[in-house]
Amino acid sequence: MTSLPPSPPDDSAELLDLLESMWLIRAFEEKVSELYARGRIKGLLHLGIGQEGVAVGAASRVGGDDVVFGGHRAHAHALAKGADPERLLAELAGRSTGYCAGKGGSMHISAPEVGFVTATGIVAGNIPLALGAAYASVVGDRGIVAMAFFGDGAGQAGQFHESLNIASLWNLPLVLVCENNGYAEFTPLSAHTRVERLAIHAATYGIPASTIDGNDVLAVRAAVGEAVQRARAGGGPTFVEALTYRLRGHYEGDPAKYRELSELSDWKARDPIARYTGALVDRGTLDADGTAVDRIERNARERVERAAESALAGPIPKPSDLLTNVYASEPA
Amino acid sequence: MSELRTIDAIRAALDEALASDKAVCILGEDVTVGGPFGATKGLVERYGDWRIRNTPISEGTVVGLAAGAAAVGLRPIVEVMFVDFITLAMDQLVNHAAKLHYMSGGQIRVPLTIRIQGGAVGAMGAHHSQSLEAWFLHVPGLKVVAPSTPADAKALLLAAIRDDDPVLFLEHRGLYWSRGEVPDDPADAVPTGGAVTRRTGTDATIVSWSRMAHSAEEAAVVLRTDGIDVEVIDLRWLAPLDIEAVLASVRKTHHLVIAHEAVERGGVGAEIAATVAASAREELRGPVTRVGAPFAPVPASAELEALFVPSVEAIVQAVRRSVGRPAAAVG
Repeated sequence: MTSLPPSPPDDSAELLDLLESMWLIRAFEEKVSELYARGRIKGLLHLGIGQEGVAVGAASRVGGDDVVFGGHRAHAHALAKGADPERLLAELAGRSTGYCAGKGGSMHISAPEVGFVTATGIVAGNIPLALGAAYASVVGDRGIVAMAFFGDGAGQAGQFHESLNIASLWNLPLVLVCENNGYAEFTPLSAHTRVERLAIHAATYGIPASTIDGNDVLAVRAAVGEAVQRARAGGGPTFVEALTYRLRGHYEGDPAKYRELSELSDWKARDPIARYTGALVDRGTLDADGTAVDRIERNARERVERAAESALAGPIPKPSDLLTNVYASEPA
Repeated sequence: MSELRTIDAIRAALDEALASDKAVCILGEDVTVGGPFGATKGLVERYGDWRIRNTPISEGTVVGLAAGAAAVGLRPIVEVMFVDFITLAMDQLVNHAAKLHYMSGGQIRVPLTIRIQGGAVGAMGAHHSQSLEAWFLHVPGLKVVAPSTPADAKALLLAAIRDDDPVLFLEHRGLYWSRGEVPDDPADAVPTGGAVTRRTGTDATIVSWSRMAHSAEEAAVVLRTDGIDVEVIDLRWLAPLDIEAVLASVRKTHHLVIAHEAVERGGVGAEIAATVAASAREELRGPVTRVGAPFAPVPASAELEALFVPSVEAIVQAVRRSVGRPAAAVG
């Protein structure tokens, strides 16, 4: 059960926002899965269905000026930070109306206007970039916080360790959110490292860390809220390890035969949206008859349907676009 | 005008950039104490230890950190102590810094300068002596510049820092202590765009850059005594490559030699030769000839290192072959 504090600090509207945001992401990812199956979206698609609690809980505690860097499974993080579903879907579909004019795609989403700087196709590659944004915040006295999302697979990469070391050494305003979903590509974490909890690495570098239930959106919100507060107060980086599970394969089309069906059903029973809905009903924020919940889901799905329709009606890039934006400027 | 050593011209450019733009910062190993050659000496006292930031020996992450800082508005300069160490940062340089502008559809700019010194000098062996510029020419989104004089070092470094793209600024260790006139007033600074003709001539063109541009000029002096009038082009920027300057010279001299310190195989010379062959084949009256290092790692022995670096004589012979006037005997 998702835990609500005895007297929640949030008002009902804020609590409902979290549910709406999770539903928007779920509806978006299910829609792009369908479009992918129909050949309307191409390329490599890594979905985070089942992990929405982490993105939404974490993003709910950063401000508009704070910056977020995602990994290769980053649709949820961009949407949670406020990216427009239509422009995001257009990007996934390779349209010139997409965020990156069709040049980025699913793994290279960039929506800097809402503080989602970039995602990356290189595991752990975004952590140094976020570290740099945190450094820039200090150098420029900007007071912003940088946040990086990455999976458990990043924990065995050199850049992860180098970044934790520098973040700690320089006391940078960085929030490291590890989505530990138990698998790096097709391999369980236990086959990649003897370190069961990635938060242990943070302790090595003297970074405050916690391991939390990532399918509990409020637990994520609380842990990240504390991390953001610490970063903003000059207290340096924090590592939040959120235990979660992707209900789809590593990428769309991956049959995921490397995991037991019982494991999948166990995690389905811990679906972050269903759990949070139950918690809100118990609290009385949502009516038990389900009408309000249905409306939230329906609104999300309708919004995504409209976004998909407009996005897919968007123009494909012109041949001349191939060679634009290689450089930002000619040499002096 | 002041007579400066190249290393001092580099420091002067860094100082000027830091003084004129608060977004400029320097990151690298030992930069607060000036690094091994003194390029950043004295800057931390003036600009503080956040803008002049000493880093752990984590090249990959430091280059990524600088790219991230650039993506959100800083104009960082990273000092990678030896060019050989850039291999550790290839992911961040090639996959992120070079591509973020394109991948983001132009939303993100990465005004990042990476200063790297290299070159086979001082018997430092295979991990402290290479010339790796060809790798970076192959990466869309990167700019590459390799100055040969103190005046160019200053002006081109300032241009690199003020450029909105990631620029690799390749310094040759063997040139750090060579002196030259450097304009004091920024208004008098040398032009920073494209190639420069160091010497005009009519019989053959030698294209070169960095330290080898000086060897090319020495070769031209030798060849002049034989009545071969050589034009020497110092490319300076390898990306974007000023191929028009090369073609214009070839149209005049009809003979082309490309000389570089990097190993000849797969080097920048091959790119230039292929482009000239494709664009101006009818102008060529002799084979395009490349002069580069042999296909071996840089050896540590001072004697072997001296054999590894292409000699002035090797350039002279290459020009003679190109113009069809081989020397009777090699002196």
